[in-house]
Amino acid sequence: MGSRSVEGEQASLADDYDALISTTDVVLLKRAWRNEKAAPEILHFESDLITRVREQIELMEETVEEKSTVGTDPLSVSLYQMDLDRTLFLLRSYLRIRIQKIEKYMFHLRKTEELWNRLSKDEKFFTERCTDDFKKHLEESVLSKLPENYQSYERQSVISEEDDMVPEPRLDTFVLCRSKEYLTGIQLEDGPVDDRSKLFEMEPDVLYFICYKSIKPLVESGKIDLL
Amino acid sequence: MDPLCLISGDFGPFTPQIVTQVPLWLAIALKKRGKCSICPPQWMTVEKLTQVLEVERDSQEMSEHLPFHYVEISRLLFDHARDNIPDAYMVRSLIEDIRDVRFHKVETDLEGFNGRTIAVKIKNLSAMEVNIVRPFIGRALQAFYKHDSSELIPDPERAPDRRPQVAHNAPRRQLRR
Repeated sequence: MGSRSVEGEQASLADDYDALISTTDVVLLKRAWRNEKAAPEILHFESDLITRVREQIELMEETVEEKSTVGTDPLSVSLYQMDLDRTLFLLRSYLRIRIQKIEKYMFHLRKTEELWNRLSKDEKFFTERCTDDFKKHLEESVLSKLPENYQSYERQSVISEEDDMVPEPRLDTFVLCRSKEYLTGIQLEDGPVDDRSKLFEMEPDVLYFICYKSIKPLVESGKIDLL
Repeated sequence: MDPLCLISGDFGPFTPQIVTQVPLWLAIALKKRGKCSICPPQWMTVEKLTQVLEVERDSQEMSEHLPFHYVEISRLLFDHARDNIPDAYMVRSLIEDIRDVRFHKVETDLEGFNGRTIAVKIKNLSAMEVNIVRPFIGRALQAFYKHDSSELIPDPERAPDRRPQVAHNAPRRQLRR
């Protein structure tokens, strides 16, 4: 059977195609995955998106099983399976990146209210168990044997002013980003004191390397995509 | 063949000799099983690419006629669908040339960093180039930021070092003096 497929940005069809693909969950999941990968701190958990994607995947798994027993041509079964694998990969990778970030910064997450609210229920459960186990391990193996003033797992010693043994994510890393619309009024956080009040603007669809701190609220509201 | 209802979307009934639009991975899968032939994208012809190469060589800016993932797309199409591309060797060598010219431009841009760059803006960079320079730019800007932020007292006598926005300069905004 010969069928011809077209791939590429043919101008007349490009807009329709873009509109079509922008409405699927897979595209949203891909965006969330990319943002999560590029950001130095953990972002908000897209619980609605993930539940929808999970349902679709389960449905698709049932369909594939059905089709392979019924005896439809193996070509379409393998195509369905490929699509399923691709979506599963996105989902798994998204969850894995989040878990990696949790494991790196778990004490900090427990302490900070704002970040704690970004986790899903399962992640919160995981973080609690993780922090408890890790604390216990540290206390039993090392801290109980140190002199009195140095036994906290959060501070170097009782005289430290802050919790300096807790690793925090570095928010001043530079990230690559792109905005979809014309944005003005971004305050740049870094730089010499006299320049700090300068406002920055971003044109749509142009790539920028910029300090993550400066664009944090825009990433959360979805106006800027990280690459 | 029946329409496919995938998670990523619905792709229409496949009839022989009728052109249908599908995502790249699907097209490659079908091509591997010998079920279809792929029409090369519009930008992938000898004429268009020669045009793009001329534009790249003449101006300092990046050409905007190439899609973001042109390297990856062209690589995949060469590997799997070489017979569907007219003048494959010519197209391939043109794309290689374009890659070299663009990357050279990027490299010369990067040399222009100094302590006062707070953000870098480059238009029309492609995915491959972005990923090549990403770690470098990240670490370089980080180092500049670290060393620059310790200068709390700016020097008022320093003459404004305004970078001329001339045509030969890449469109990067330096927001500092």
